Amino acid sequence: MIDIAHSLAIIAVVSITTFALRAAPFVIFGSKKKLSSGFTHLSTCLPPAIMATLVFYCLRNIDWYIGGKWLPEIICALLVVILHSWRKNILLSVAVGTISYMLMVQWLFA
Amino acid sequence: MSKNLKFAFRQTIPVLMGYLFIGVAFGLMLSDIGYHFLWAGFISIVVYAGSMQYLMVTLLSGGASLLFVLMMTLFVNGRHVFYGISMIEKFRDMGKRYPYMIFSLTDETYSLLGRTQVPATLDEQKVLFQISMLNHSYWVIGSLLGGLVGQLGAFNSTGIEFSMTAIFLAIVVEQWGEKKNRIPILIGIGCSLCFLLILGAEQFILPSLSLTVLIILLFGNKMRKGGEEVYD
Repeated sequence: MIDIAHSLAIIAVVSITTFALRAAPFVIFGSKKKLSSGFTHLSTCLPPAIMATLVFYCLRNIDWYIGGKWLPEIICALLVVILHSWRKNILLSVAVGTISYMLMVQWLFA
Repeated sequence: MSKNLKFAFRQTIPVLMGYLFIGVAFGLMLSDIGYHFLWAGFISIVVYAGSMQYLMVTLLSGGASLLFVLMMTLFVNGRHVFYGISMIEKFRDMGKRYPYMIFSLTDETYSLLGRTQVPATLDEQKVLFQISMLNHSYWVIGSLLGGLVGQLGAFNSTGIEFSMTAIFLAIVVEQWGEKKNRIPILIGIGCSLCFLLILGAEQFILPSLSLTVLIILLFGNKMRKGGEEVYD
C-alpha cells in the first residue's frame, strides 16, 4: 500500500531542494547591476561544457566488464552523432537513436 | 496562435519529443510501483527535474528517509546551481515571471534559452516564458500519458531513457559546429573523464563541474578571443 503522507513529504523535499538549488545563483548574484567579466565568460562558455558533461552523466553507468552490455550504448551514441552531423535535426537524431536503443536492449542484446 | 507563441513553439520542438519520451518513461515506472497516474502528473508539476524524478521512483518505492532524499537531491541536482549563473542577465527584467523562470530551469530549458536568439520584432520576455511553459507542459503531459498507459496494460518501455542521452549528445554535436564552443566542450569532456576515472560514476559530476567553472573563470578571456560575444 502507498504511504500517502510519506510520499508527499518526499515530493516536498525534492521539490523545495531543487528550487533552492536553481534559485541560489540568482539570490547570490542577482542584485548586482553589472556582472564581472569572469561571469560573462561563464555565461557563454559554461553551457557547451555542461552539455558535454551531461552526456557523460547519462552514460556513467555503462558496464564495461560484462560481455557486450556496453555495445547498445556505444552503437546508438555513435548513431546519434553521425546522424546529427549529417541531417542536423534534433528530433530525428533523438527518435532514431532512442528507438534503435530500445530495439537493441529488448531484442538484439536481451 | 500569436507570433510570439509560434516562434516559442518552434524553438521547443526538439525538446517536445524528448520530454514526451522521458515523461512517458517516468509515468510508466511510477505506475509499476503502484502509484495512480495522477501522482506522475503531480510530481512532474511540482518537482520538474528529469533524472531526479527517475531516482524518486526508487526513493518512493523504498520509503526512503527524508534526510536521504535531501542528500540525493543535492547530489543529483547540484549541477543546477551552475545554470542560473548564465541566466541572471537574461531573467533580470522578467517581473512576475521571474520566480517561474527560475523554477522551470531544467537542463533542456536551460540549453534552449541559452541558444535562442529572439528576433527584435517579438517580445523576448514573453517568448522565453512561453518556451519554459511549453517544455513544462510536455513533461507533465508525457508523465500523465506514461502513467495512464502503465495503469491500462503492458508496454515494454525498456531503454526509453536513452532519449535523455540522445538529446544532450545531439546538442553537443550541434554546438561543436561553432568553433567558439569547441574549447569549452573539450574542457567538459576532459574534466568528466578525469573525475569519472578518479571518483567513479556516482560522484564525478559535481567535482567535474566545479573544475570546469574554475578553468573558465581563470582562462575565459583567452577562450573567447576571436569569438563573438552573445551578451553585451
